[in-house]
Amino acid sequence: MTSTWITTRAWLLMLPLLIVMVAVIGWPLVDTVRLSFTDAKLVGTQGSFVGLDNYVKVLSGSNFQRTLITTFWFAALSVSLEMIIGVLAALLLNQQFYGRSILRALMILPWALPTVVNATLWRLIYNPEYGALNAMLLKFGLIDSYRSWLGEPGTALASLIVADCWKNFPLVALIALAALQAVPRDITAASMVDGAGAWSRFRFVIMPYLAGPLMVALVLRTIEAFKVFDIIWVMTRGGPANSTRTLSILVYQEAFSFQRAGSGASLALIVTLLVTVLAVAYAALIRKSAGTS
Amino acid sequence: MERRSLTATILVHLAALLLLVVILAPVVWLFVMSISSTPDLIAKPLHWWPDTVDLSRYGVLLSSVANSAGEAFVASLFNSIKVAGMATFAALAVAIPSAWAVSRTPSVGWSLYAVIATYMLPPVALAVPLYMTLAWAGLLNNVFGLALVYLTILAPFTTWLMKSGFDSIPREIESAATMDGARLDQILRMITLPLAAPVMATAALFAFLLAWDEFFYALLFTSDQRAKTLTVAIADLAGGRVSDYGLIATAGVLAALPPLVVGLFMQRALIAGLTSGGVKG
Repeated sequence: MTSTWITTRAWLLMLPLLIVMVAVIGWPLVDTVRLSFTDAKLVGTQGSFVGLDNYVKVLSGSNFQRTLITTFWFAALSVSLEMIIGVLAALLLNQQFYGRSILRALMILPWALPTVVNATLWRLIYNPEYGALNAMLLKFGLIDSYRSWLGEPGTALASLIVADCWKNFPLVALIALAALQAVPRDITAASMVDGAGAWSRFRFVIMPYLAGPLMVALVLRTIEAFKVFDIIWVMTRGGPANSTRTLSILVYQEAFSFQRAGSGASLALIVTLLVTVLAVAYAALIRKSAGTS
Repeated sequence: MERRSLTATILVHLAALLLLVVILAPVVWLFVMSISSTPDLIAKPLHWWPDTVDLSRYGVLLSSVANSAGEAFVASLFNSIKVAGMATFAALAVAIPSAWAVSRTPSVGWSLYAVIATYMLPPVALAVPLYMTLAWAGLLNNVFGLALVYLTILAPFTTWLMKSGFDSIPREIESAATMDGARLDQILRMITLPLAAPVMATAALFAFLLAWDEFFYALLFTSDQRAKTLTVAIADLAGGRVSDYGLIATAGVLAALPPLVVGLFMQRALIAGLTSGGVKG
């Protein structure tokens, strides 16, 4: 067999996948770009070319800026909480205690719970009249009267972040735990003989093993958090007073609620660009850290 | 293992207990809500455990009486199974040949990275043209249309999983069979694919769950019982028309059951998949 034939054969085998990818991803993406330069409506008018109008309008609008800030806070807070709690949980799960294997197995539960079910569950927990959170806090005397956790702009985003963290920190924990189990016993033992304290052992002996897998988890979680839609839509629909409206929610409203396909498309592309920049920056960071360690 | 002091041992156990409560409490509460009567759920102070166990809501949701909450729920359950099943099947059909090709022909590997990179794309970047095309083709509010759209998520994912699966099957086995005079289709059918069967099963299971969980496209592209999936049905329930919190919780339990069972039993495979991706970067 010649190498030309092998390469040709590979492309032939990939053809079905490539056709599907072009049809359901490539072409729609190109069409989104085209739409973003028009004033097309979702249904009915094809729209005409309007140049950069959509972009100018979107970028100068206060809606976009406020939404971008909300998205940034949601992503930054939930991802960093998930990473910190996840690593702490992994360090704990790597210790010896009774019922360890059961607890390790149970960690999968929040991850496995469908996002919409998770959002619904927390919506019920936060319920202003009958919710479990209010009942519990009142019982322990931490609040005087029931509060509307998702109904007030001051607490809605924080409540969403807690619900998101609960679902996602176990995954970080499981990834970190798998990495911890790869740390050779004799290395930690040797560092203890050498008199390393708990912190320096974590920082210099364990952290190098954790860094790679954690970095990947960080990238994936950040991208996901930036694209967040489901949990927010089910819990608050971006309210109250748009205080939890993230970029994906804004695109949904623009393109589908208001049926402005053109400006919705331009907004969607700006979001895509932001996510891409994030991903490329992270990729560079990973390559750099992989080079040094 | 270092020897711990008694205090350290107690602290570790306390922390483990805390973690256990944090993980379990919300899930258990969802279940308790589903079996509590409405008076128990709206009592103040709240009844943390129902006076009488009330399983009637499971009967309500799983019945198929016309125009009942059950009819809508059962319809959405079947829609979810249909859409996830079809999308998984189609994704594997295109993923397996290409994953094998990339695994055995590194020179075309860059195309796989292009495919995986699409994972970054926010669904909103594709939603508007997809909507217009489905509307044009008459596939809005249609399980086939939705399954087709789900390929945007499932095809890259399954290709990536299958590729690392084929990577772990030594090429030497295939070369040996070639020398013995076997044709490529024989090799694939009799050697490679049977060896890859466990990976295929894992990929199929995770792809199915991804489709089962999907909400955004389903919300956009379906509008009634003919195509609405479980996630949309639950969001509708939570959205307010129903004031029976127990019923919402019951729907949640039923929708969560398949992935929870799979998660508990497939944990090892899941972690292996995640970390292999992580280590290779």
